[in-house]
Amino acid sequence: MRYESPETTEAAVELLAGEGPRCRVLAGGTDLLVQLRAGMISPERIVDIKRIRETQEIRVDDGALVVGAAVSGAELGEHPQAKGIWPGVVEAAELIGSTQIQGRATLGGNLCNASPAADTVPALIAAGARCRIAGPHGMRTIPVEDVCTGPGQISLGAGEFVLAFEFPVRPPRSSDAYLRFIPRTEMDIAVVGVGINLTLDEGGHCVSARVAVGAVAPTAIVVEKAGATLVGTRCDEQTLEAMAAEVRAACRPIDDKRGTAEYRTAVAGVLAIRATRIAVERARNA
Amino acid sequence: MKGEADSAVDRSKAKDGPAGGSETGGEKGDTPTRWIGTRPVRPDGVDKVTGRARFGADVHLPNMLVGKVLRSPHAHARIRSIDASAASALPGVKAVITRDDFEDRPSEFVPAGEMLVNYRDMVRNVMAREKALYEGHAVAAVAAVNERIARQALSMIRVAYEPLAHVIDVDEAMAPDAPLVHEDLITAGVEPPPTAPSNIAKRIEFVHGDVSKGFAAADIVVERSFRTCPVHQGYIEPHACVASFSEDGQADLWCSTQGHFVVRGHCAKLLGMEVSKLRVIASEIGGGFGGKTVVYLEPLALMLSRKSGHPVKMAMTREEIFRATGPAPGTHIRVKVGMRNDGRIVAGEAELKYQAGAFQGSPVQAGCMCAFAPYDIEHVKVIGHDVVVNRPKAAAYRAPGAPQSEFAVESVIDEMARKIGMDPLQLRLANAAKEGVKAAYGPTFGPIGLVETLEAARDHPHYRAPLAPGQGRGIASGFWFNIGGQTCATLNLGEDGTVALVAGTPDIGGSRASLCLQAAETLGVDATRIRPRIGDTATLGYTFLTGGSRTTFASGMAVIEAANDMIRQLRKRAAMIWDIDADAVRWVDGEARPAGANAGEFTPLSLAEIAGSAGKTGGPIVGRAQINAQGAGPGFGTHLVDVDVDRETGRVSILRYTVIQDAGRAVHPDYVEGQLQGGAVQGIGWALNEEYIYDDRGRLQNPGFLDYRIPVCSDVPMIDTVIVEVPNPSHPYGVRGVGETPIVPPMAAIANAINDALGIRFTDLPISPPKVLKSLREIG
Repeated sequence: MRYESPETTEAAVELLAGEGPRCRVLAGGTDLLVQLRAGMISPERIVDIKRIRETQEIRVDDGALVVGAAVSGAELGEHPQAKGIWPGVVEAAELIGSTQIQGRATLGGNLCNASPAADTVPALIAAGARCRIAGPHGMRTIPVEDVCTGPGQISLGAGEFVLAFEFPVRPPRSSDAYLRFIPRTEMDIAVVGVGINLTLDEGGHCVSARVAVGAVAPTAIVVEKAGATLVGTRCDEQTLEAMAAEVRAACRPIDDKRGTAEYRTAVAGVLAIRATRIAVERARNA
Repeated sequence: MKGEADSAVDRSKAKDGPAGGSETGGEKGDTPTRWIGTRPVRPDGVDKVTGRARFGADVHLPNMLVGKVLRSPHAHARIRSIDASAASALPGVKAVITRDDFEDRPSEFVPAGEMLVNYRDMVRNVMAREKALYEGHAVAAVAAVNERIARQALSMIRVAYEPLAHVIDVDEAMAPDAPLVHEDLITAGVEPPPTAPSNIAKRIEFVHGDVSKGFAAADIVVERSFRTCPVHQGYIEPHACVASFSEDGQADLWCSTQGHFVVRGHCAKLLGMEVSKLRVIASEIGGGFGGKTVVYLEPLALMLSRKSGHPVKMAMTREEIFRATGPAPGTHIRVKVGMRNDGRIVAGEAELKYQAGAFQGSPVQAGCMCAFAPYDIEHVKVIGHDVVVNRPKAAAYRAPGAPQSEFAVESVIDEMARKIGMDPLQLRLANAAKEGVKAAYGPTFGPIGLVETLEAARDHPHYRAPLAPGQGRGIASGFWFNIGGQTCATLNLGEDGTVALVAGTPDIGGSRASLCLQAAETLGVDATRIRPRIGDTATLGYTFLTGGSRTTFASGMAVIEAANDMIRQLRKRAAMIWDIDADAVRWVDGEARPAGANAGEFTPLSLAEIAGSAGKTGGPIVGRAQINAQGAGPGFGTHLVDVDVDRETGRVSILRYTVIQDAGRAVHPDYVEGQLQGGAVQGIGWALNEEYIYDDRGRLQNPGFLDYRIPVCSDVPMIDTVIVEVPNPSHPYGVRGVGETPIVPPMAAIANAINDALGIRFTDLPISPPKVLKSLREIG
């Protein structure tokens, strides 16, 4: 096994394309190193993308946030503007692991590990974030929800890797929130996770809303109907219940060691309501 | 925390006099003490916080090999053949061992320290023979020049398995058509003995009075069934050892263990060695909780070292720990209690079924004995079943057997208190065991502190603090026997008057500090001038392991006796220097003084002065003790807990927790409080989240701390403690063991609190969020 740490996107693409499927991208390594040690993977080559400048940047261009794929949760949390613009995305990133893990774990890794329970993915999908992907044929940009295709499976081709996340410019009175359920208070993996991103008008009516749920299907899913339920309302309790019903209807979970399908479905609705309340409160003050 | 904790020592029966000088040796608990009850920095503390302390995996020897174990992927399978030829031929591989390397042992229960051990079972547990009996059962082991080659060698060992039907659930294992874990196991304790084998290894019965009479006199009777999941001790340090065999057949073994003398005995037996040829050195230990009282890797490392001629290091991964080491048993328990309307309990009956794991020997007997121990009940009947299943053999876990049965009984007691509208604490006070009461399991209690812990709970601000709507409060008490046993200690007087204390009980909870304080108190010298060490098996006589909450009590008694032995010698030396009779010399405040005016006028001689001239007065001065400590005082505790329940997710939060326990005498209160807090925290995990999850083929799905959920710091509040002191008359300073009792009450206290909050009685552990939410939905 060889370890490479290229400093340019082009060099990384070349290294990744050269070895084919037996090559793995290393960002924070908090999943990759565990899988290596457990003998789950045995790649020929590991390409560390952390030395590529674009993967490490956090920028705000005319109100649009751009976060490099290898930015750690701790760096994102400490950025002076990121949390103010996308509090839901940042709180999702900060939920991952311990203080030590926070110094390593990245948005890019959390997405491309393709766990259905990844915390940042529902928040990123709800936010409408897009991935800037580098590859042998140049750059392309796709919605976050198009990256994961199943547990451990992603749509990226040979030689491709996620370079950065691009977030849309936010209208006034917009905010987001992410909540997950775990049996413990930290150091755990989501049994259910719900991200919501919404915009209110001056009268406090919801003008747009996007709800995404994790750990209830093979990949994190957008629940269009749940968002649509909120639009035009003041997100009153009755509407929230209707929205939660849409979320529950969209859940296709399995029974596993982390929870039963029945439990996940029930709690997905509960978290959707609670996250919406938080996002509405934030949007009013945004 | 320190200040609060200080004020929380409730010396209810011991007077706390001013610190000052005292006559030597053997004071009772009500005498003023200078060192007992103080909180100096622990002697092993600095090395632990700087990382210098050496744990099981920290020993490195020249030319050392790495040993790894091949484990069964099947929960139950006959082993047709093992072909290790390819692995043995791999360059870098120095030894491969299988069942063929271990001589079989006869099936008989022989004493090993305080335990009964069947070496026929043990030789099969460390290395599968006819069958693999659980997923993770060791089938072969290799020693190689590095871990990569060792792992590669494991993958080259060909094992022909014939998978068999398996059974894990205790009730399924007791069913007549259950797959047999052992084809030749006949239930013991049944007359006449059954003719057919089964998975029920033993039936036991404890009867006291006549329960049918008792229930006839009862106004109300409550009967409930309870289930608890197996739980792991959760020690952070994995099992690890280094074995080094010499060409002349002698060997050294370094390991993380609670009892290196016990390890020596087991390993010598399994390797066919004389015990004197095996020296075992206990490393620092990163948690044991009972789980490091048995051998897993040690005999394998020794065998690999003997075969390869190199030292061999072995360490388990966390996954191996979960798959192959002893948990506390899962249980199914039925409890029936009869009570009069005035709150007097008149009858108690219980039937306990405990999972022993792959070999018999679950702690069901202790579970039976402890079930009703906190109560003065005239009529008691408890039946226990020890049931083998396809799981790792159960190992001790703090108060082994008691938490499960007392969870069941304390839940029923709580329900009965609610039924008659009596405060559950008052109900316990009205029925509490006290001095003179004949315990349901046999003996008559001496001075015990259950009533004192209940009174301290009643008088604690926690008990009266208001609860917010929807929150609940629970209370439960708990009992554990505590033990003494065979123990040696040595005090070596240095030429400058400092003392090297050598004990044979590995320090898992701050006992070196407590032993120093007891030696300092007895000798009348500054505790900082006593340096404690854990001696290896060649340094001291046989010393039973650290377990049964015995170390501060039993090693403490040995240290006190060794100090008194030293004092006798010191008085003799002073008498020699002064040319008077030894009886005319007193030892006071760490110095020799003439006993009175008749003895003559002499300037007192300090320990350092006598030590400095020892060469001229007869040579080195060493205090020794070899005892069989008797009279361990039983431990009782009462826990108070407040919970909040998220009614939409079923998640239980622990808001406040207070542990009250009788320590007899808290030698070093920090470490008593540490035991109390640790027990509560482990109990919170046991109550709310910890469980083994198996697939339909008996393979463990959660072999790690991510999905086997012990609590993390943020899951628990600061655990308040109150130390009650009802001195144990058998110990010179009144000490009782404290390490195990704290794990007994939490599960019932938490279940009772949840019942208080929701009106739902949970009888199955863990009370995890999906179970709570399901129950909430059922009641609408």
